[in-house]
Amino acid sequence: MTEKPTRSRLAQSVASIPPSGIRRFFELANSVADCISLGVGEPDFVTPWRIREAAIASLEAGYTTYTANAGLPELREAIAAYLSDRFGLSYRPEDQIVVTVGASEAIDLALRALLDPGDEVLVVEPCYVSYAANVRLCGGVPVSVPTTKETGFRLRAAELRKRITPRTKALIFSYPNNPTGAVMTEDDWLEILPVIREAGLLVIADEIYAELTYDRPFVSFASFPAAYPQTILVSGFSKAFAMTGWRLGYACGPADLIAGMVKIHQYTMLCAPILSQKAGIEALRHGRGDVARMVEAYRQRRNFFVKGLCDIGLPCHRPEGAFYAFPSVEPTGLTATEFAERLLLEAKVAVVPGDVFGEGGAGHVRCSYATSLEALEKALERMARFVQHIRPI
Amino acid sequence: MSPEKTRELLRLLEANCRRSPEALAVLLDVSVDEVNEALRRLEEQGIIVKYSALVNWDKVQEDRVTAMIDVKVTPKRDVGFDEVAQRISQFPEVTALYLMSGAYDLSVVVEGRSMKEIAAFVSEKLATLDSVISTTTHFIMKKYKHDGVIFDERRDDRRMVVTP
Repeated sequence: MTEKPTRSRLAQSVASIPPSGIRRFFELANSVADCISLGVGEPDFVTPWRIREAAIASLEAGYTTYTANAGLPELREAIAAYLSDRFGLSYRPEDQIVVTVGASEAIDLALRALLDPGDEVLVVEPCYVSYAANVRLCGGVPVSVPTTKETGFRLRAAELRKRITPRTKALIFSYPNNPTGAVMTEDDWLEILPVIREAGLLVIADEIYAELTYDRPFVSFASFPAAYPQTILVSGFSKAFAMTGWRLGYACGPADLIAGMVKIHQYTMLCAPILSQKAGIEALRHGRGDVARMVEAYRQRRNFFVKGLCDIGLPCHRPEGAFYAFPSVEPTGLTATEFAERLLLEAKVAVVPGDVFGEGGAGHVRCSYATSLEALEKALERMARFVQHIRPI
Repeated sequence: MSPEKTRELLRLLEANCRRSPEALAVLLDVSVDEVNEALRRLEEQGIIVKYSALVNWDKVQEDRVTAMIDVKVTPKRDVGFDEVAQRISQFPEVTALYLMSGAYDLSVVVEGRSMKEIAAFVSEKLATLDSVISTTTHFIMKKYKHDGVIFDERRDDRRMVVTP
């Protein structure tokens, strides 16, 4: 019998990417009973009733069909009005907005629309775990741009500049940031803008946490006229409106780039679920009060939890956005993974090791404070006992 | 303390009045002294009237019946409904009293140990007042939501332990 040449069943792009670090930790966390979870990257609120009610009413009225590929015109109009009102951004509903299945799909579409094999994409780290993997799945090459606690995990122009090569096509970041909670100020944006302009970089700005800032209003990168023509803004309903399970997101940007994204979207997803889109319209039109109430709750939890972390000896910069604290575990002498695993097994508190979010995350752990104050209080007590126990006296 | 922070302090206390001034200070990002001063002022001004607990009595083995009574009354010259309302509000059985627009004038919430006890209160004390023209009594059969709190709402965290 002649031997066939050995060939991987999986595509090289898929075989080469490692499984998510969070996934591994998820399996470990699931094996521990009665643990307090600070590992959850989603709101602990149920979607506000008015939004759920709108979806129920739509279902009763028989809205069970496909929609336009780019999304219901009514929803795109609502998105345009919302972005204009909240962040001073101007997008045409008819050709500058595409509604997607979560912001995750929007990121995937943007990368696929922009990249040719071998193109480099600057990924500002630590960041959401999917960016680098998504770049690789498109045949691109992710290049890490680390941020550090010394600069409050904000992107610096010098770090960006020294990683730009002739192959660099795009830059991707998320601010407010998951996992650090960092927020870029207007001055920060103005510092990096010339670098981006000079290199002609296309920017994918993941602004999924834009509503969740606590100390000052969020400034969208695309709100600078010089940035606008090169930026694809990605956002969604998951975090602000507590709608993670609805899988509803969107991307806005220059019409030619959005047209490219719609092309991929129509051959893959077709359209986002109509019920979610109907719910999204209600969220944008009437859900702002609900958002304000949730943001206030997160702000209080942030204040309480971050002070608690510092008090027990885990230094933590003050996160200004999203709902994560990113304390350093260096004083314990443990690596982030050792700390997270031992904290889980010995104190029954689940946090995520910072290094799974890429360069710059080492020595830190991500703690989500999107959980009740009572749970945070209990978690801090357990963490305090754990830290005292392991710290050399 | 700023007016916005003061309002937030009130909201926090309304949600859980057992929080210590120290905890409130951290939540609001102000000093403990500021919280204590604000509390003193709010109590003095009668804005914080009382610190109370919301109890689901259905879960306690105790006989307790609540009724809402629609009352029509004859208003009096110069004092309108106030005189009779103040008189009714003095009864210890009355836990709440509102002046209403619409089909009747006063809504009286009454608590007692049995329907019989409430019936006695209505017929002997309330209906016999000079200004009272008529009463209609509605007994509360079950409380689903009170003071903004849904009773027996399932609060399980349905989320996964770790997510991106």
